[in-house]
Amino acid sequence: MSSVIEIKYFAVLKEYSGKTSEQVALSNNESAETLYRKLQVQYRFPLATAELRVAINDEFASMDTLLHANDKVIFIPPVAGG
Amino acid sequence: MDPHVYRIQSQNINCAELRQNLAVENHTGGLVFFEGIVRKQNHGLTVRYLDYECYDVLAIKEMQRIAKEAEERFQLASTGQIHRVGRLNVGDVAVLVYAMAEHRQEAFAGCRYLIDSIKTRVPIWKKEVYEDNSSTWVRCHEHINHVEHR
Repeated sequence: MSSVIEIKYFAVLKEYSGKTSEQVALSNNESAETLYRKLQVQYRFPLATAELRVAINDEFASMDTLLHANDKVIFIPPVAGG
Repeated sequence: MDPHVYRIQSQNINCAELRQNLAVENHTGGLVFFEGIVRKQNHGLTVRYLDYECYDVLAIKEMQRIAKEAEERFQLASTGQIHRVGRLNVGDVAVLVYAMAEHRQEAFAGCRYLIDSIKTRVPIWKKEVYEDNSSTWVRCHEHINHVEHR
């Protein structure tokens, strides 16, 4: 069985994907950024990578971090608390 | 015991009850509260309601870091960060923060640090829904700077 990662979606990314989460197959040498670029094409996400942050396994990470099997990945659109 | 409070909740924020239950130590000379309230007009549009979403696990972790930073920078005795999620109407309290210190300067500065940091760093999102049923995901204008400089 191929390696998978879990992606959770919030806010505008949840609206565009129509999903709260999904599992996707992990490609070789996949970084958070290359994963986002694929999803951006698939779901027509309106945000560029420069506008996002990413969390991997519930910690902020850099967009060039390489992903591993079973990682939980969450792309963070511009925040707006308060 | 951790002197800081962090909470994400769907129920109303009750400032009076919170204040009543807050332990004030002998060396405390200043306590500043800030409530962020849903307003009717934003950038010329009339707001019907707001929908807040939150990535809870990371939000609490980030609130813990913010509290620690505020404590160290402003010598705060205790702090609180409480944020609502779900649907909020005009007049509802969306966020409450407080900072307790020996003197007022630190309490005011610490309180401001807390709310400014929440707005730019904590993974919480807000969708504004307007009177004509159009909507937009609000973005904090400092978010990008924060991404670049972090």
